[in-house]
Amino acid sequence: MTLLGNFSLWAAVLVGLWCAVIGLSGRWRDRPDLAATVTRSTYALFVCLAAASLALWRGLVSHDFNIEYVAAYTSRNLPPYYVVSAFWAGQKGSLLFWAVVLSLFGTLAQALTPRRYADLLPYVAAVTSSVVVFFVSVMLFSANPFERLPFTPPDGRGLNPQLQNVGMVIHPPMLYLGYISITVPFAFAAAALLSRKLDTGWIHAIRKWTLVSWLFLSIGITLGMWWAYVELGWGGYWAWDPVENASLLPWLTMTAFLHSVMIQEKRRMLKRWNLGLIVGTFLLSIFGTFITRSGVISSVHSFTQSNVGYFFLAFLVIAGTFGFTLLYTRWPLLDAESQLDSVASREAAFLFNNLLLVGIAFSVLWGTLFPILSELVRGSKITVGPPFFNRVNVPLGLLLLGLTGVGPLIAWRKASTANLKRQFRWPALAGLITLAILLAAGMRDLYPITALALAGFVAGTVVQEFQRGARARMRMHQESLPLALTRLIVRNRRRYGGYIVHVGILIYCVAFTGMAFKQEREATLKPGQSVQLRSPFGHTYTFTHLGVSQFESLNRIVTAGTVELRKDGKPAGIITSEKRQHVDSFKRPTFEPSTEVGIRSGLQEDVYVVLAGVVNGTEEAVYRFNLNPLVWWVWFGGAVLVFGGLVIMWPGGGPVIRTRRSVQPGYAATLAGAAAEAE
Amino acid sequence: MSGRRAPDIGASQTRRAFLGLGVGMAVAAVGIARRAGAQGQGPDGDQEPLAGQGATGSLRDPTVVGRSRTPTQTGDNDEAIKQIEKRIHCTCGCNLDVFTCRTTDFSCTYSPELHREVVALFDQGKSAQQILDAFVAKYGEKVLMAPEPKDFNLVGYLLPGIAITIGAAVLALVIGRRERRRSLAMTAAAGTPPPSAGVGPSSQPTPDELDRLRRALAEVDD
Repeated sequence: MTLLGNFSLWAAVLVGLWCAVIGLSGRWRDRPDLAATVTRSTYALFVCLAAASLALWRGLVSHDFNIEYVAAYTSRNLPPYYVVSAFWAGQKGSLLFWAVVLSLFGTLAQALTPRRYADLLPYVAAVTSSVVVFFVSVMLFSANPFERLPFTPPDGRGLNPQLQNVGMVIHPPMLYLGYISITVPFAFAAAALLSRKLDTGWIHAIRKWTLVSWLFLSIGITLGMWWAYVELGWGGYWAWDPVENASLLPWLTMTAFLHSVMIQEKRRMLKRWNLGLIVGTFLLSIFGTFITRSGVISSVHSFTQSNVGYFFLAFLVIAGTFGFTLLYTRWPLLDAESQLDSVASREAAFLFNNLLLVGIAFSVLWGTLFPILSELVRGSKITVGPPFFNRVNVPLGLLLLGLTGVGPLIAWRKASTANLKRQFRWPALAGLITLAILLAAGMRDLYPITALALAGFVAGTVVQEFQRGARARMRMHQESLPLALTRLIVRNRRRYGGYIVHVGILIYCVAFTGMAFKQEREATLKPGQSVQLRSPFGHTYTFTHLGVSQFESLNRIVTAGTVELRKDGKPAGIITSEKRQHVDSFKRPTFEPSTEVGIRSGLQEDVYVVLAGVVNGTEEAVYRFNLNPLVWWVWFGGAVLVFGGLVIMWPGGGPVIRTRRSVQPGYAATLAGAAAEAE
Repeated sequence: MSGRRAPDIGASQTRRAFLGLGVGMAVAAVGIARRAGAQGQGPDGDQEPLAGQGATGSLRDPTVVGRSRTPTQTGDNDEAIKQIEKRIHCTCGCNLDVFTCRTTDFSCTYSPELHREVVALFDQGKSAQQILDAFVAKYGEKVLMAPEPKDFNLVGYLLPGIAITIGAAVLALVIGRRERRRSLAMTAAAGTPPPSAGVGPSSQPTPDELDRLRRALAEVDD
């Protein structure tokens, strides 16, 4: 199997290099046969890497512990689904996963892109193949997943206990899919620059791809938060860890692009900015990979430190130079075809939104790299942790939340004062009423209160947009409210799907404020003893330690602390938190004991129980009890956001709108005359 | 007959055994209840109904639970101490603060030690800032979860905000200037007669006008 794997990797390098060199040279321009060969070589590349992937999977499933990667990440008693997920659990396997998925995306880009963009496709193939060649080269020269050991151990080390979680089976692939799919829009942008076809064609070609990337990144980040919450046991879901930050960076710039691209489509403006955003997003995705794999910044999520970081750093420099040089040389071809008319316009609101999104991305990047910079400048090491990021980013996040509500309320081109009054009246009132309620309820914390009042404003905006749209449909088509709402969304998926995404963001923001009010305490309890915690919602929770039991399960020895929960004196169930000592098939311990959190999730708050340990090997247990408000809403907000993204992406709906937009000549002439008179 | 007696003897033995078992269970239950009652006093002093009636037994295999824990002390839940510890970076190499590390990574031996240092300084009557200063003096600036906002660190705190503010100001300035220029041009155009004056407005729109119209209609739609 390793022979097949290595052979496939070498074949992939050769095919990819050929595709990249011929594609980028442009020699295919007058030769359709050569152009077809270039684009089809992406299929061959995928076949090579699929063969390599199957070889690795075969090694994993057959427990071939002579392969170093298999011995390092699996064991005979590892449950089968974790054996499969071990493919991307380690550095080497995840590089192969990245390469094979990118080659698949490269193939799909060739197969699914309409023929009218055929001139771009060989360049696209060349760029995606170049990136694949880079990843395969890293494997061949630094981190080969098919490397064999000089001996065959009787059993493997097994998978890190923290990775033995369903969230970890899904979360990394989702995040990788987000990172990887960014390469396709980058390839189209580079193709547009190389071919000098800089109209809006390339933007239409990548519309779905940018949404796919953004959606996968959103799912990956949310699942990552969920995994951190249920598995790491510190009671939160976001710690501004460098690797978490690295996943947020391309998401922020991609979100900025999804907004600013609308301006280019409608007004033929911001061409340079949009190309810059796509190039920047691609570089940030590589930067994220560099951070995760280089060990240059310590992180709970990073892979073992290795020399692959140098490869990524070099690639980052090369890709950045390539992208920005290309952009610089085509600069004169990218003049805007119209100009912004007014500060009070949706275009301007989108521009400020872009500024904030990119500004937050810069701020996160700046904070992540500041320890290195400080050490270079001052020679002393510093730590930049959550207090720094919260202090810098929370005000920016609040501004962005406010703009989320402002954008949809302002008209394109120029909004009149009367229009602004009419649009802002109700949403502003909703925000003020929320503020008044919170103040009356005694809340005085600045950031949470601002966030919730702004959330009220944004909710008012979204409700007003849906209400006006639905009412217009009800009046024009005599439809019932549910039908009008459904058709409103279905007939204009991009706009109303976008509003659903805004609702998801809004729910996120409200849920995040909950953590400002979390309650936590540590307690040592003998069986029968209790401790109480009072939640911000006024409930009293009583935790009674029932006892500690030990048993064997799958590939681990479990020590379970059981707690009886009472809410306001009434029984609310049993919660168990565990200490797990993972063992191999010879019952030898493989890792340090890990902690499994006990969680009872509710709409108001989560009850979060962690068994910290026992006193002198007895049933006297040390627990940490947390009450985490509004955490359920974080996951719900993520689901709403993804649903909104799917609504936008769902195929169809276009032709109906386009038919409506088609202008009848006579009517157009009348209107044109009127417009000319008005000017 | 023997066939009859035998069941009688058996029945009486069963009854006796049953009664004996019942008395034994009652005695055991009282004993357990007393013992558990003695343990039912919570750390807060709240008397809770007993849910677990077992004594504090020993675990079959204590080696698989990790490091033995010391019972919770008074300072462990002190809000002031917790807030101080959330500003101190654990020195074990993790990315967590002392409070989070000692209540999350239960194999860490550094965070309990740092916690004891914080409690000791707190008990001496030192303020939060004095405790942080003492830690910086001992472990260096890296021990703080976020650098003090002074000297070069100010660049770290302020640069993103300054960059965004400058960006927003430039954006507003450029758009505002263009808006004014456009408005001036329109005013000037309104003062001069149109080139086709006298002939009357053309009944046929130009391609440029049609293009603008299509775009405007598309904007209205979205």
